[in-house]
Amino acid sequence: MTISRRGFLKGVAGSAAVLAAGIPTVEAKMSTELPPEAVGLLYDATLCIGCKSCMVNCKTKNSVPGGALYKDGIVPGVVDSLLCRKSEKTAAILSPPYETKTIRGNEGIWDASQDLSGDTLNIIKAYRNGTGETKDSPTNGHAFFKQQCLHCISPACVSVCPPGALIKDPKTGIVYYDAYRCIGCRYCQLACPFTIPRYEWNSAWPEIRKCQLCRHRVAEGKYAACAEFCPTGATIFGNVTALREEAKKRFAMKPGTIYDFPVQTLDSKNCSTRPVASYADKVYGLTEAGGTQNLMLSAVSFELLGFSKDIPASALPDLTWAYIAKIPWVFLGVFLGGTSLYAITSRRNKNSADKEDHHD
Amino acid sequence: MIDFTTSLGPKLGGTLNKLLDDRHSRHLGIKMDTPFTRVLILLILGAALVAGYRVIFGLGASTNMNDYWPWGLWIAFDVLGGVAMAAGAFMIAGAVYILNLKKYKCIARASILNAFFGYLLAAISITFDVGRSAVIWHPLIMWQINSVMFIVALHLVLYLTTLATESSPMVFEKLGWQRALNNVHRIMVGAVMFGVALSLLHQSSLGANYLILPSKLSPLWYSKHIPYMFLVSALMMGFSMVSFETILTGKVFNHQVPKNVLEGLAKGIVCFGSLYFVMKMVTVFSGPGRTVLFSDGFLSFMWLLEMAVGVIIPVLLLAKTASRKHTDTIFVASILVILGVLLNRLNVGVFAVSGYANHVGSDYFPSLMEFILTAGMIAFAVLGFKVCAKYLNLFPDTGH
Ligand code: SF4
Ligand code: SF4
Repeated sequence: MTISRRGFLKGVAGSAAVLAAGIPTVEAKMSTELPPEAVGLLYDATLCIGCKSCMVNCKTKNSVPGGALYKDGIVPGVVDSLLCRKSEKTAAILSPPYETKTIRGNEGIWDASQDLSGDTLNIIKAYRNGTGETKDSPTNGHAFFKQQCLHCISPACVSVCPPGALIKDPKTGIVYYDAYRCIGCRYCQLACPFTIPRYEWNSAWPEIRKCQLCRHRVAEGKYAACAEFCPTGATIFGNVTALREEAKKRFAMKPGTIYDFPVQTLDSKNCSTRPVASYADKVYGLTEAGGTQNLMLSAVSFELLGFSKDIPASALPDLTWAYIAKIPWVFLGVFLGGTSLYAITSRRNKNSADKEDHHD
Repeated sequence: MIDFTTSLGPKLGGTLNKLLDDRHSRHLGIKMDTPFTRVLILLILGAALVAGYRVIFGLGASTNMNDYWPWGLWIAFDVLGGVAMAAGAFMIAGAVYILNLKKYKCIARASILNAFFGYLLAAISITFDVGRSAVIWHPLIMWQINSVMFIVALHLVLYLTTLATESSPMVFEKLGWQRALNNVHRIMVGAVMFGVALSLLHQSSLGANYLILPSKLSPLWYSKHIPYMFLVSALMMGFSMVSFETILTGKVFNHQVPKNVLEGLAKGIVCFGSLYFVMKMVTVFSGPGRTVLFSDGFLSFMWLLEMAVGVIIPVLLLAKTASRKHTDTIFVASILVILGVLLNRLNVGVFAVSGYANHVGSDYFPSLMEFILTAGMIAFAVLGFKVCAKYLNLFPDTGH
């Protein structure tokens, strides 16, 4: 085997130049800052009566074109993905995604989701202990809690998605999904510290489903359906910076103080006046996974409600970025190191080959 | 041998004749029509059926994966395991073409080909694992450089191409395409370097996939250094895989490799095995893992099993210089390392999230179809290797 060394070295220099030009110059690392106009929800479990109005309206309001549960037929979906084009659909949804199939004897009339799923973006669950009598008491009491995407400030799901199908809106901070890009790898499900994204396991062309904070309604000047249809003010919509202040204020108040809880949105004139409950450990969402745009308050500690206690208080995408940032250096190192090693060892071989004068 | 020139005309038929000429490998005594081959073909057919079923009816109908357990056997075994098993190629290629260690040249072709099939196995399995197989190429044009998975996808494609380039001389030789042969030889060293860089990166990237799971992966496996542990264990696996396959092909096909080649490989197992052992110990004892080392029931057992089978026993077996001269000892130790590293990949990919997933009431055990597809993929790799051993000049410098 013969290789002219000069030709080879030229080749190395050339490919190194191509490589250097190919390294994307865009700022890759994900932002850990809250966009100033970010919107979110504050869910105060002590106000929640478990009526599930938010769940019903979440499903109906998201089953329209643009909504998070909207899905056209399989064929147009496949075609859009293959042609890499975003679909702008306006036809009415073929079958509203209500989970009637799994429950026997209901003749498709009502929907009773047990958990978040490919059909359910938002769920109210109940906590029970002992006799269950007292609301919001950890022992012998009951409480409600809400599960949905928290719209992380630095979302793990966005950072891991290989074709960039999950996107954080730079203005509102809403984390949304562009179905045509998705390859269905489910890395987002694994990576989300709250295990929010759900998969359409039984579809031949599955989508990822999660709350997109009614992005289609926000674009029309409206706001999240779950907040609009919450009768008690347990879920309210607003600017995240203001919501954080509100949550901290409630948390700091003396239990029993009479307070005007706004209903639907933070700046609403419509209020529900009642005493402040005694909140448990913390405002959920201030620091979890680097902070989230949706916040929660509860009188029963979040650990008892089943929320993982191991979620770090820093942005998760940083963990991966520390590794990815090293990649160009590996290429550089291997090419420089490899070339010099090759040069040294071939010279040595040549010398010994000259002496022995036989090779493979 | 059938003469294809009569049925297909001189050009196409002549090419086919050249490709199917097995004179050079006759001394290996490979028979194609054996019961073993038939079993392999049956397994491959089974996998093809499962793949078809999976494409038509979706993942829910064919696998037991669920929202709390989104990655199962296919990712853990086929992808993580298949890629780790292929690590030998870039090491041997690097040793031969960059470091000019000519004594390993006799096994270079076989190990590169073996890697090619390992990667093919991983690539095919992941194609059926993603829910939208038809657009699995999306990451190649929709770059998202924050994603380790994107990096892995890009590397997988580039490296498959590199491996194909590195193996192409075998085919060109047979066809007598001197020009193509010369061209490939000209870029060989560059291709090998590219392959080395890619391999270092994606062996570690597969571990880096799990960096983002600090709250879900068991502390026995989670660590900031998991990419480097994947890399070092893959290197250890690479040495073992190459010596395993060298000894095995030596046994079933009649050919011999020089003893000092095997000794060198065995030394590699000991070096990287010891390094890996130290890394594992330091991370587990300096992190939260030490508190659950013996107290986490099944997970602790799996961790200890993986360490004993894959690291401690084989390193001890090969620690003495004298034992590295025994082909059988090397054979046994290699098998142990391979099993141990595969177990490690299964642990990380499947079991290590169980603490979290069980907590929310979910469970996972691979379905029959998941097993069938995986078995079929392994059969495909074995059969592919066998066919190539018969029709390509895999062991150019031995046995004559
Ligand atoms: S909660 Fe999960 S799905 Fe929602 S933005 Fe955060 S990482 Fe993504
Ligand atoms: S399943 Fe889809 S949305 Fe989720 S990470 Fe994979 S490509 Fe992205």
